[in-house]
Amino acid sequence: MKTFNYHSAKDVKEASKLASSNSAFLAGGMTTIPSMKLGLASYKDIIDIKRIKKLSGIKVSGKTVTIGATTKHSEVASSKDVKKAIPSLAALAEGIGDPQVRNRGTIGGSIANNDPAADYPSACIALNATIHTNNRSIDAEKFFRGMFETCLKSTEVIESIEFSIPQKSSYQKLPNPASRYAIVGVYVAQHKTGINVGVTGAKSCVYNDKDLAGALTKNFSSSAIDSVKVSSSGMNSDIHASSDYRANMVKAFAKKAVDAC
Amino acid sequence: MASLVGSRVERKEDKRFLTGKGRYTSDINIANQTYAIFIRSPHARAKIKKIDTSKALKSSGVVDILTGEHIAQDKIGGLIAGWAIRSEDGSEMKCPANPPLAKDSVNFVGDPVAVVFAETLDEARAAAELVKVDYKVLKAVSNLGEAMNSEAIHDGIDKNLCYDWLLGDRQKVKEAFDKADKIIKLDINNNRLIPNAMEPRACVIDYNTASEEITCYTTSQNPHLSRLIMSAFGGVAPENKLRVVAPDVGGGFGSKINLYNEEIVCSWASKKIERPIKWVAERTESFLTDTHGRDHITHAELAVTNDGKFLGFKNETIANLGAYARVFGTVTPTYLFGPCATGVYIMPAAYSNVKAVYTNTAPVDAYRGAGRPEATYTIERIVDKAAMELGIDPIEIRMKNFPTEFPFKQTLVHQIDSGDYVAGLNKAKEMADYDGFAARKKESESKGKLRGIGVTSYFEACGIAPSPVVMMLGCGVGLWESAEVRFNPTGQVTVYTGSHSHGQSHQTTFAQIAADELGVPIENIDVVHGDTDKGTFGMGTYGSRSLTVGGIAIVNACKKIVNKGKKIAAKMLEASPDEVDFKNGEFVVAKSNKKKTIGEVAFASYLPGVRDEVKSPLPEGEEPGLIESSFFDPANFSFPAGSHICEVEIDPETGHVKLDKYTAVDDFGTIVNPLIVEGQVHGGLAQGIGQALYENAQYDDSGQLITASYMDYTMPRADDLPDFNLGFTCTKATTNPLGVKGCGEAGTIAATPTVMNAVINALDGKEISLPATAEKVWKACKEMKKSNAKAA
Ligand SMILES: Cc1cc2nc3c(=O)[nH]c(=O)nc-3n(C[C@H](O)[C@H](O)[C@H](O)COP(=O)(O)OP(=O)(O)OC[C@H]3O[C@@H](n4cnc5c(N)ncnc54)[C@H](O)[C@@H]3O)c2cc1C
Repeated sequence: MKTFNYHSAKDVKEASKLASSNSAFLAGGMTTIPSMKLGLASYKDIIDIKRIKKLSGIKVSGKTVTIGATTKHSEVASSKDVKKAIPSLAALAEGIGDPQVRNRGTIGGSIANNDPAADYPSACIALNATIHTNNRSIDAEKFFRGMFETCLKSTEVIESIEFSIPQKSSYQKLPNPASRYAIVGVYVAQHKTGINVGVTGAKSCVYNDKDLAGALTKNFSSSAIDSVKVSSSGMNSDIHASSDYRANMVKAFAKKAVDAC
Repeated sequence: MASLVGSRVERKEDKRFLTGKGRYTSDINIANQTYAIFIRSPHARAKIKKIDTSKALKSSGVVDILTGEHIAQDKIGGLIAGWAIRSEDGSEMKCPANPPLAKDSVNFVGDPVAVVFAETLDEARAAAELVKVDYKVLKAVSNLGEAMNSEAIHDGIDKNLCYDWLLGDRQKVKEAFDKADKIIKLDINNNRLIPNAMEPRACVIDYNTASEEITCYTTSQNPHLSRLIMSAFGGVAPENKLRVVAPDVGGGFGSKINLYNEEIVCSWASKKIERPIKWVAERTESFLTDTHGRDHITHAELAVTNDGKFLGFKNETIANLGAYARVFGTVTPTYLFGPCATGVYIMPAAYSNVKAVYTNTAPVDAYRGAGRPEATYTIERIVDKAAMELGIDPIEIRMKNFPTEFPFKQTLVHQIDSGDYVAGLNKAKEMADYDGFAARKKESESKGKLRGIGVTSYFEACGIAPSPVVMMLGCGVGLWESAEVRFNPTGQVTVYTGSHSHGQSHQTTFAQIAADELGVPIENIDVVHGDTDKGTFGMGTYGSRSLTVGGIAIVNACKKIVNKGKKIAAKMLEASPDEVDFKNGEFVVAKSNKKKTIGEVAFASYLPGVRDEVKSPLPEGEEPGLIESSFFDPANFSFPAGSHICEVEIDPETGHVKLDKYTAVDDFGTIVNPLIVEGQVHGGLAQGIGQALYENAQYDDSGQLITASYMDYTMPRADDLPDFNLGFTCTKATTNPLGVKGCGEAGTIAATPTVMNAVINALDGKEISLPATAEKVWKACKEMKKSNAKAA
């Protein structure tokens, strides 16, 4: 690991001020630290944001669940409020990595990192999330740009993520047997305003599968999915799963999600 | 006193391991130590044109940087193959030189070329980045199937072929095949595995400039052998100036049998730089450079009669040695594999032909089971295929071909002293509720799932022996084991063993058998191992040999103690030695009913004489003290056996295989500690299941290991495994006084074919290669659906 300057920010303003194109925020460190140790990334400044109280916590209003950026996966998984309002979201958090990862990793870090195989991005898409930063609010559909890419500026700090409470929803994941990230993860959510099918793991970036959503809008049942063609073009292919398998698993896990709704 | 052999004594090791108080190599720090970082080839195959260390040498904190040139100048020898195997045509095997630091060429990703020593680990790392190695990259040979038709990796080794070995009689096999009703054919792989010991390899070297002694703390399964090789072949130091200590070692599974480059280099360098050295592998280095396991391609044929009798068997295998031949590298795919390929069956004719080839991949060596899992996989898969093609129940076809009389002369080599395969399979059948399978299958089908059942019967040959035979087969050493038993004057006992525990719990098992032999409470017995300065020379632990060979050396040393004790007791009790009986720790003279405890006798042996209350006259001609040693060389291998049955449920929509039930019935002869043996079976099963469903080391065409982390190499996890249903049968080994057989590898040997047979059974006989990953199974399910639709 290369040497770096460590800062512990007392508030969001300070964190943002310290940030540059050569810095990283330290939330759970579950991505940043291993990549630094492996020499895949190096930064001049590491800005610890865990001491900023305001960034952590869960709030439920009538229509939304708002989760602070540094809230840990284990906190979301065990939150009674989340379990009641959006049980599928708590279940998603429970399925991330392993207990060690869940006890450190944060929702803000997860979506800022936008790993193509991460779980939370699919929730953001399916649950019409709004990402609140220190200077704006961003729709999930616009937030995720590409592989490990978001529309965040380097000095921008995610403060919280606000999820709409759906009428019903389910997240179903085919875990990579080695890492337990998603080979394919499908988040189906039915809102009054419409249906979303957030898909992660399958392509270079999370997306809302409009074809699946369309079919489910007409007929919310797993059999409706049978007739949808999911093309393997643009799907990831690696030693764990070919693009053809992934395309088929998008359907299979969408069906599982609908059945579990 | 009740016998401890057979009881579930809690492990003496538990307190230290479960409270984090183990002392592993990387826990050892020596004042003034330097830190080593190895510079490794990023290429699978290349010539080294130039190594420029000038910039790195000036980097902060650097003590020295050494390369293959220095190794060559100091005439430090390289790593060796422990077994010389001959080809079918009588020619000797071909092995390349394997210098501890490559000088001219590198042959796998991770092959070390230089080493940096610095004051801190960070400084060593920073300097390592400044070492410039100029390579001429060559085309890598990374595909096993194509290796023999590829460019030769090593000068003078044609077709990359180490040997082309044959065991058995081709003519007899041909005759048997001519008589067959049917020939069953099978092409299978045996996937490459990375052992993944929890503790990465490490060494800490302390060179004493005054005594000129090198102490090497290392993660080894056999410190004595490491010392021997480092001294006799490496030329690092004479044995008396070299102490090798393997303290607590966190798992080996075969990967720590070998002496590795790093231990030789650091031991040699410590003397050169006159500083202690510490090296600890990073996990990536473990993936890249620990010896790997398995990696075979096999074509097998079984000749059968229509009613399911076996007539003959052919096994044609290509085995991957990786870049270099290491200690057990050449014997694993031959004598540990070939003979076992006919399984537990009467097989009138058979041969195993193995071509071992070099590739630009990490060296392949013994991995838990070593050869026997590959053999068992081959025979048990083809037996199932035969059952399916002949329409015979898998259990019935096995029963039909079991030997029922022992000793049983197995076709290719082994004279199996004892066993009862029928009893084992019957018990497994009952415990697994084999007859209830059809109903469970129906139930799965009603949920849209497929269900399969798999059966395996295995025997294995472990505790390789006797030494004269072992050496005749090509081994460079004998495979006996030693022990020394020492009574302290105040009655406690220290047992020294030449075997080594890296998870096997010798401290408990060996104390149990010594406690029974000597009648001393187990609390008063300590077992010491893993230090060449303590106790007698030993051969270490691998191949399930510790108890059957090393444990018996302890028994024999204890018997010598008792014999000497009898003479001393006789003198003390004023009787003749043959009037003295020894029982429950007491020497008793029946006619006078006078007795002395073994503690009193030990005390007397150290205080020979008569003064005040001490009255302990040593018999004439006896030396003081109560210390005895023994070297045990068994008359034969030991032959554990058993039958395993498992059931899988498959989701055809995703290909996910759920291992639903697993029953293992094993015959390990006498069981000293059921608690420990069950633990060994559990661990072995997990690894065998891992091979069947998850683990798979993969290299790409350029020879890069693409599964070099836990993000890509799938280990089995606790939640992948069902509760194991374990049972035992017992036929005692006749080749040792305890009647024990090895138990360390059985689970690994039996589990892989058991699981695959179940998966393939669920797929109506559709073959898939190892491991049965979800995607492969899903594809097979799809094809099955198609062909079922066609048939309908
Ligand atoms: C073994 C392992 C298994 C895992 N398995 C899974 C899995 O199954 N599913 C899954 O989804 N994830 C998985 N992860 C990832 C895990 O969920 C991490 O939580 C996540 O990758 C990053 O979160 P973090 O809090 O650790 O972020 P950090 O590592 O601290 O930061 C990551 C990046 O996010 C940025 N960042 C962090 N917080 C903010 C913020 N508030 N505003 C702006 N930028 C910010 C940082 O600058 C940095 O670039 C796994 C990780 C490991 C190590």
